[in-house]
Amino acid sequence: MAIQYTYHPDHLKNSEPIYTSVSSLKRGEMVFNIGPQHPSTHGVLRLEVVTDGEIVKEVIPHIGYLHRCFEKHAESMPFNQTIPYVDRMDYMSAMNSEHAYAMGVERMLGITDQIPKRVEYIRVLVAELNRIASHFVAIGTYGLDIGAFTPFLWLMRDREHILRLLEWTCGARMLYNYIWIGGLYYDLPLQFEERCVEFSAYLKPKLEHLETLLITNKIFIERTAKVGVLPLDLAVNYGVTGPMLRGSGLKYDLRRVDGYSVYPELDFDIPIGTGAMGTVGDCWDRTYVRMQECRESLKIIDQCLTMLSSELKRDKDFNPRALVPKKIRPKAGDYYVRAENPKGELGFFFRTDGRSDIPVRCKARGCSFVNLSVLPEISKGVMISDLIAIVGSLDLVLGEVDR
Amino acid sequence: MNTSLIFDLLKASFGQKVLQIDLNDQPQSIEIIAQENRELFTFLRDDDRLYFDMLSSITGIDNGPEVNTMEVIYNLYSIPFDLHLMVKIKFDRETPLVPTVSDIWKTANWHEREIFDLLGIRFEGHPDLRRILLPSDWEGHPLRKDDVLQERYHGIKVDY
Repeated sequence: MAIQYTYHPDHLKNSEPIYTSVSSLKRGEMVFNIGPQHPSTHGVLRLEVVTDGEIVKEVIPHIGYLHRCFEKHAESMPFNQTIPYVDRMDYMSAMNSEHAYAMGVERMLGITDQIPKRVEYIRVLVAELNRIASHFVAIGTYGLDIGAFTPFLWLMRDREHILRLLEWTCGARMLYNYIWIGGLYYDLPLQFEERCVEFSAYLKPKLEHLETLLITNKIFIERTAKVGVLPLDLAVNYGVTGPMLRGSGLKYDLRRVDGYSVYPELDFDIPIGTGAMGTVGDCWDRTYVRMQECRESLKIIDQCLTMLSSELKRDKDFNPRALVPKKIRPKAGDYYVRAENPKGELGFFFRTDGRSDIPVRCKARGCSFVNLSVLPEISKGVMISDLIAIVGSLDLVLGEVDR
Repeated sequence: MNTSLIFDLLKASFGQKVLQIDLNDQPQSIEIIAQENRELFTFLRDDDRLYFDMLSSITGIDNGPEVNTMEVIYNLYSIPFDLHLMVKIKFDRETPLVPTVSDIWKTANWHEREIFDLLGIRFEGHPDLRRILLPSDWEGHPLRKDDVLQERYHGIKVDY
């Protein structure tokens, strides 16, 4: 089909106008855009920045460039068909999002307790693998933003192993559709556990390398410590969750607080920011928390693998789709379910009428969306280069901001 | 503290403003009046028995022209007491205007903008009620049940 767009010089102005009125700018002030096509905004985020020389006076985020109508889609198709759309929200950690969504629908159906233990352990295993992959992108690209190139390459190398493991489970590298409502697409491939054990042993020293190369690097500390400080009360008031909230010093992790899936049976710590290099809640703390969480995820992976190769050993009669419901008919009512994604609290609100397998309303509460809303508050009066450092430390995925 | 006790507590302080409780929802919900409820939300946040300091999500729902109502649903969470609460308000579809809570929980700012964008519900007292996800020159609010899509947007056919 031919290109349908008809050019008009006012289109750009009308579709997303500048918020600041240019006539009200003071002498020496300037308004300009960072993005939507700028690598350091990690996607299609557009920041309208008012500056006075090098100092940022105001930041106004403009979002919606990647809006794909998740909520409209979700209320026009059955629950099980929405899972691929859920993948595409936070495409860096699709397994975690799937887990949250599947868990939500299962809770509505009241089958949470019937899910086989092996299924739950596999879910947690793949979700934690994906959490590490997501944090690797976060830390790697963050280093890239502020001038450290090598850690990015190292982390992409290690992430590749994770992506290949996950590809092995279901055939897709990033958008899996692996966790189904009531079960899984397939059982783990043969010898997956052994390969995963090897990978875990491989990754442990790599995390040490990462810490010495990037996290405790003097230049990195100079760039991130005491920058973009997010006080705890502000974070809670803004609904900020995930590593950002923990970076501000609150031990709040839904895996522990809500204790969903098999997380209560697993042993792991919740790292928090302590202000070791500057102030509690600065960019360094947030990155450090992510880095520590990779270690904790590895701990969880090890425990899952032990369980999956001893007590919950592979069995050729085991069918991970045994409980997948043919017709999904939850009781009428309103439900809100939430789970801990790598970036924070991913919540789903459902309203069902009890008569069809299509929800009346499905709303996704994206953690990146909420985490981004705090940016104008914490980037007032910083340097432009620090603004880049702050945006990087939020760990945004624009797919989830815009949904 | 459970939802029934919260309901009694609110009933004692706000009387007629608190309408009903629904124990079938997860988390259990309380319906309150749509207008003049800001004091009630402030109470929920500040009372030292509740401390609902985290507003997880706000959802807007259009019930369609036949029922002729709209709803806004607040999902609150209290970090210190580990309490969940769903607060619902229901109002007439013709006059979708409800008070903002964006000064009580700042996170509501963007949530309310999103609801305005997709459902056309206006929030009274909101500091900056602009569209957030859709382009500013988009016509209509797509999650309304009777929304009619524009035929072309900048020359591009909308309904494929």
